[in-house]
Amino acid sequence: MTNRTVLVLLDPATEVRSSVLELFTVARGLGTVEAVALEAPTVEVLAQLGAYGVETVRQAEFSAAGGGVVKGDERHLPALVAAALTAAVRRADADVVLLPSSFAAKEAAALTAHALGAGLIIDAAGVAEGADGRVVGSKRVFAGSWDTACAVTTPVAVLTMRANAVVPVPADAPVNTETEPLAVDVPESAVTLTSREVKPRVGDRPPLEEAAIVVAGGRGTDGDFAPVVELADALGAAVGASRDAVFEGWWDTYVGQTGVTVAPRVYIGAGISGAPHHRGGMQASQHIVAVNSDPEAPIFEICDFAVIGELADVLPQAAEEIRRHKG
Amino acid sequence: MRIVVTVKYVPDINTDRGFEDRRVRRTPDEGTLNELDENAVEAALQLVKAAGEGEVIALTVAPPDGDPALRKAFQLGVDRGIRVSDDALAGADYFGTAAALAAAVRKLEEDGPVDLVVTGMAALDGLGSVIPTLLAAELGRPALTLAKKVTVADGVLAVVREHDDVTEELSAPLPAVLSVTDTANTPRLPNFKLIMAARSKKAEEWTGSDIGLAAPAARTETLSAGPRPERPEVQLVTDKGEGGKALAAYLIENDLV
Ligand SMILES: Cc1cc2nc3c(=O)[nH]c(=O)nc-3n(C[C@H](O)[C@H](O)[C@H](O)COP(=O)(O)OP(=O)(O)OC[C@H]3O[C@@H](n4cnc5c(N)ncnc54)[C@H](O)[C@@H]3O)c2cc1C
Ligand SMILES: Nc1ncnc2c1ncn2[C@@H]1O[C@H](COP(=O)(O)O)[C@@H](O)[C@H]1O
Repeated sequence: MTNRTVLVLLDPATEVRSSVLELFTVARGLGTVEAVALEAPTVEVLAQLGAYGVETVRQAEFSAAGGGVVKGDERHLPALVAAALTAAVRRADADVVLLPSSFAAKEAAALTAHALGAGLIIDAAGVAEGADGRVVGSKRVFAGSWDTACAVTTPVAVLTMRANAVVPVPADAPVNTETEPLAVDVPESAVTLTSREVKPRVGDRPPLEEAAIVVAGGRGTDGDFAPVVELADALGAAVGASRDAVFEGWWDTYVGQTGVTVAPRVYIGAGISGAPHHRGGMQASQHIVAVNSDPEAPIFEICDFAVIGELADVLPQAAEEIRRHKG
Repeated sequence: MRIVVTVKYVPDINTDRGFEDRRVRRTPDEGTLNELDENAVEAALQLVKAAGEGEVIALTVAPPDGDPALRKAFQLGVDRGIRVSDDALAGADYFGTAAALAAAVRKLEEDGPVDLVVTGMAALDGLGSVIPTLLAAELGRPALTLAKKVTVADGVLAVVREHDDVTEELSAPLPAVLSVTDTANTPRLPNFKLIMAARSKKAEEWTGSDIGLAAPAARTETLSAGPRPERPEVQLVTDKGEGGKALAAYLIENDLV
């Protein structure tokens, strides 16, 4: 088991997101860890990779079919990411490829598995070695109501992993991470990328998909997200919403099956009824808390703790207590 | 414009979903058209209308009882409905499904080109969001996925793609594969006229050998599937002025702060 080579996608390479630190942590349990980057990692990033036991970073250098180097935003397109991962698997003779579970990464994972004839597991909550030495991915499905385990039957396994699957832990002993160039031929493609914009991250607030605590507001906020934001900031949490609240223009990202799927340690839903589409994106959370003025709110069926009350009263009071507790 | 729209038959998310013999339990009563494929059907119908002529063909890979998905697609106004069923596809993984969809598209091309394949953003049972990409790879066509805005002009498909924290504008020449999100459009509701017209439409049944499919062996094997233990009863507190404090106390006592 320890002579497996595990590749982890590091995109971007200018920071290491907590979801990627989780992947390194999981990867160390499976074998030798390498990262695949689409650009040069910064010095700080290299130090972090070393701390997490990443032996090698393979830095893709894309050359286009007609000659020339590809350096622009195209590098992040799934087809190019997949070309890099495929080249890296062949070069490193790797056995496992781990990616986060973003939409873009899922597509890159699919194309990598397609090119390599490898088995693919999407949205794993855990990866381990089965009794017979095969890679086994565990998944939580149907809005967190069933657990499944899937073995990959091919020599190479490609998996995307949900954020918050494990707590990131540095290696017992840091290593000296080597950077190695990786030549990648850009596949022929008829797709033209005309623009690409990445939403800037707001202040210290963690991104929704990676946060350990999420506070989400729904139609019950009636457009005033201030109490939701106040509690989130007191907890150092991310802010989310229901789709209805986003469609109303009250917030920009929603939790749910078609929005962001979250599985934080704590999910707090305020003024959210708990429709099946919404549940599908948060029901795998470890602790579920709700604040709702309707004693019959469906979300209570899946809660651990809930307050029947006005969110504009309950959330600020809770925030106050949390701030006091933190000192 | 000739468009194929892929539609999946999934267990209704409002029912008690589960597994049987390590496969998703499907019963015709609780099976339905994947809601997100309604956006795909809507996009296809609108594109054909804008083009002034053409045909929308719904395509599903499903067991023989998988017709509720096609029936709904007929009620929304698609012209043809094709179901590919084969025992060899019963345990298919993503690659098997993508290969079957691709083989059926190629079969359809024997009597005319397929300009575009439109899919939903995800199947609500597995939430993979990988079939559109894999289908495009199988067909050797460009994939523009997760489109929230779609235009076709002069044989070029252009989309605004939104995913994670990124917004992109992409284009590709037809023929291509497109997946649309649930914000791309508002699916129409079947009206009386369409429901009546749908009654006379029959799903065409194709087998693996009809489409020359050699279903690839599955690359994953489900070892186990079991329901999660029920959550303990919810602790409910009615706010009488101390509800926020109770919430904070719950978080602090459970070491969550
Ligand atoms: C194809 C499709 C996909 C979808 N995907 C998603 C998805 O990914 N995510 C998602 O969230 N939704 C999704 N939806 C929408 C979903 O079905 C629900 O409509 C939506 O989640 C409801 O949002 P809500 O809970 O904010 O609003 P409501 O259902 O209207 O609930 C509002 C709640 O607020 C409570 N309330 C009111 N006032 C107060 C107050 N002062 N204090 C406290 N509580 C109060 C009410 O009692 C009620 O329970 C999807 C729908 C479709 C058709
Ligand atoms: N068995 C199937 N038959 C027809 N279309 C499918 C099937 N599976 C997936 N699709 C299509 O692919 C989209 C994405 O599915 P998935 O990648 O499984 O989440 C769905 O919205 C459907 O349009």
